[in-house]
Amino acid sequence: MKIRCILFFVIVCHLNITAQDCKSILLGEVVDFHNQNVLQGAKITLLKAGKELQTVMSNAQGKFRMIKLCDGAYELEVSHTECQSQILPIQIEGDTFKKISLEHHLEELGEVTVTGSSNPQLSKTVNIQTLKEAQIEEFSDASLGDALKEISGVSSLNTGSSIVKPIIQGLNSSRILIITNDVRLQDQEWGIEHAPNVDLNTADRLTVIKGSGALQYGGDAIGGVVLAQPKRLARTDTIYGKTILSGSSNGRGGAITSELDKGFKNGFGIRVQGTYKRFGDFRAPDYFLTNTGTQQIAASIALGINRFKYGAELYYSYFDTEIGILRAADFGNITDLVRAINAPVPAFTDDFSHTINPPRQEVNHHLLKAKSFLRFEGFGKVSLQYAFQLNNRQEFDNRRGESDNIPTVDLELTTHTLDINLDIDAIENTKITAGLSGLFQENFADPLTGVRRVIPDYEKYAIGVFGGLAYNISSNLQLDLGGRIDFSQIDADKFYRTSFFEDRNYDIDFADIVVQDFGTQLLTNPIFDYTNFSATLGLNWELNATTALLFNYGLASRPPNPSELFSEGLNQSSASFELGDLRLDTETSNKISASLQGSFLENKISFNITPYANFISDFIILEPTDVLATSRGTFQVFEYVQNDARLIGIDIDATYKPHEYWEYVTSFSYLRGDDTTNNEPIINIPPPNWFNAITYNNSRWKNLNLRLRSELFFEQTRFPDNNFIAQIIENNQFVNTLVDVSTPPPSYHLLHFDSSITLASKKATTYKIGFGIDNLLNTNYRQLLNRFRFFADDLGRNFSISLKINY
Amino acid sequence: MNKLKFIILFALFSVVLSCSDDDESGPIIINEEEVITTLNLTLTPVGGGMPVVLSSRDLDADGPNPPVVTVENLTANTTYQGVLEVLNETESPAEDITEEVAEEDEDHQFFFQVIGNATVTVSYSDTDADNNPVGIQVNLTTGDASTGDMVVTLRHLLDKFGTGVSDGDITNAGGDTDVEVTFPITVQ
Repeated sequence: MKIRCILFFVIVCHLNITAQDCKSILLGEVVDFHNQNVLQGAKITLLKAGKELQTVMSNAQGKFRMIKLCDGAYELEVSHTECQSQILPIQIEGDTFKKISLEHHLEELGEVTVTGSSNPQLSKTVNIQTLKEAQIEEFSDASLGDALKEISGVSSLNTGSSIVKPIIQGLNSSRILIITNDVRLQDQEWGIEHAPNVDLNTADRLTVIKGSGALQYGGDAIGGVVLAQPKRLARTDTIYGKTILSGSSNGRGGAITSELDKGFKNGFGIRVQGTYKRFGDFRAPDYFLTNTGTQQIAASIALGINRFKYGAELYYSYFDTEIGILRAADFGNITDLVRAINAPVPAFTDDFSHTINPPRQEVNHHLLKAKSFLRFEGFGKVSLQYAFQLNNRQEFDNRRGESDNIPTVDLELTTHTLDINLDIDAIENTKITAGLSGLFQENFADPLTGVRRVIPDYEKYAIGVFGGLAYNISSNLQLDLGGRIDFSQIDADKFYRTSFFEDRNYDIDFADIVVQDFGTQLLTNPIFDYTNFSATLGLNWELNATTALLFNYGLASRPPNPSELFSEGLNQSSASFELGDLRLDTETSNKISASLQGSFLENKISFNITPYANFISDFIILEPTDVLATSRGTFQVFEYVQNDARLIGIDIDATYKPHEYWEYVTSFSYLRGDDTTNNEPIINIPPPNWFNAITYNNSRWKNLNLRLRSELFFEQTRFPDNNFIAQIIENNQFVNTLVDVSTPPPSYHLLHFDSSITLASKKATTYKIGFGIDNLLNTNYRQLLNRFRFFADDLGRNFSISLKINY
Repeated sequence: MNKLKFIILFALFSVVLSCSDDDESGPIIINEEEVITTLNLTLTPVGGGMPVVLSSRDLDADGPNPPVVTVENLTANTTYQGVLEVLNETESPAEDITEEVAEEDEDHQFFFQVIGNATVTVSYSDTDADNNPVGIQVNLTTGDASTGDMVVTLRHLLDKFGTGVSDGDITNAGGDTDVEVTFPITVQ
């Protein structure tokens, strides 16, 4: 469901007076357009030429009042914790009835919308779905990927239960941009076992754009964009905060997250925030998942000043995680793979432990951001942002000798980005955005690992220019246009095995990149340039007061990532080699989607139906090509190839609220993915799923909340046949055995329960106590998109308790 | 594209400049430390005679070339004392990984699976601290003339106390495979 936060003002000037009297009164009411609820605590500031004249807060009925005003032209700045602050012009004069509607605006196209009394709103045409603070808090001890699954059309690609990558309408990893606090995350996102390095608790709002509709952040969002936005910093003299404590029986651990905001009169605000999370081995219904413990430490600090005409913000965050990899998924060759697949109970199933042994990952991520903006009268806003990111990824394995503490993978990725954005909002009915972004990135693979580099040392340079236009064609039809061009260069220092270099005919096609011959290895210096175009076209047609039809076309293109170009090594836990290809070029997506959203029966029923089709040419995909013999035994070989692909699907959401206390929510997603070159289904397409939830919420009795959720995942019947024949020894004979690595697991159904009550104390402190049971029936199941589905069942029943304190 | 590089470097100010020009010397070559390229099984007839060597070498390790297997014929009805050797020949001089296996013998074991009609039996003649076999030293006994195959496997972090494992039955051993090579066997 599209959650819009629209402030709706009804402003009536009572008195018939002259300008000189300065006795005008401004009365207003703030309501949430979505549910017509009044909004208490909205801050309304009256501005004249950028100078603050009066500030009032809306009361419990959403009303506010300003007196002793002179007639004339003013601006109102309105802010509310659940909405973005808005600036709108207001003309105060005698008997005037003025209706001003504002829409919560996605930051991708700037944050300020100026509309006058006769102007319709400039609404967005992209299909977005948002999780708000209360929903995010339910996942305070989980991960970004877990929370995003609440949104229809979003699923996850798991490696065990702790490494969770979002999939948007069938696509993941490099095809999704994750934007945290306006910075595009650069954290080796190409790896399917590399989870996003974001502490979910820094986000106040998670928005998913199912398409390339956010050109400001990049033109390569073939799948979509995830925006994790923090709460605005405090801007008045205030102090508040919250702490959430949670504990779980499965994993025998929990999390604590806490944040504190302090604001000052002059518009200066500061926030400190931190999270600690620790779990031991998780448990499937019938056994422990040995070595699946995890630990996470994260902290952030933000300080900034936000005035009408200018603002500046400094933000730093640190994220550190240690994740155990299921011991039973760590093995060698195809013989081991067959053994692991056939084992009814995974080998290496041990008693519970909090210890995280090899194989494990240790990743930390630093993000430093400085941003400022200036607003010019009669023009708009100019903002400048610099961000620095340092990502350090280490992977440890069971090694011979004393070297278990020396990582087998040790990558350090440094990224600098500079963004200049322009929002021009002075033209009636039109909003123009434009910007320039530059990136410098350096990857360093530490040679002390003693293991050949997974991806090589490289430097990457990129520069992008974009522009966008939002235009009101008529009062109920809005148009969005955007375009972007990106130039990028990757300059790598890559060692190739000589035999591999020759086997792939690189010695003929890429002879000029060889720098030095070390006998069995060659040092090469591939330098590739890419030019990528992207564009969007969006329309929003309001059919009537409660129904809107959105149409969106997106062109996105993505250069191959370092893994697709350069990898030539073993992929743990699948007994396979993944081989990159220097000949890969840009993949291009043409995606069209429509969205019908609206409500009827006096908002008792609301719905959002979004069909889409994504046509991707030169889609980069791993294809099994061979079985390779080595001294370690045999391995399956996968190569990156480029085929054409087509993804067609539909996401449906609906809510029915028959009674003040009762609510029923349902969502359904279906997606069909085909490789149109080979005429076969694409691997790892999420199966159809149908979610249902019934909520009882009694706001009159301690805000008692009871919810029962049902998740039904159908069996994926469309999959490519990647099975192969292996020689397995049985009864002292070699037997040709079919290794089934293709057939998806059967459908399954999960039930979850959660509940909470909220207790208020005298001093504006509230306590929310929660209790929940996940996988209520302790169902044994395996998910198609968990890479460990061959080796172990997914998580069993979990009892959880939580306490949230707001102060 | 150097112009582009210049523009971006300029745009990203000195912060970037200070971080970007650090590798004058180029990256350091990594010779795989842990890889086992070579397995040699040297079989010396008890009571004298020329030793027989079964060898598998895969000098490009995980590269596309398959291992090169060389074997010699075994004499019928003979007992051999066998010594296994595993090497990393991507390094120069070659690293003898047998020593590491011997040091961590409680975590390692070689297995010998005879395939087809080869009249060969293998028994362990060494033990670790738990009195379980390791398989660096073995006795190999041949029967009448025959042909078949023998698969030699090295398992790491296995269950050496599993049923049958100490007798050389790999079924319940578990663990990760570090080496798995197949030798064609001719007994004559």
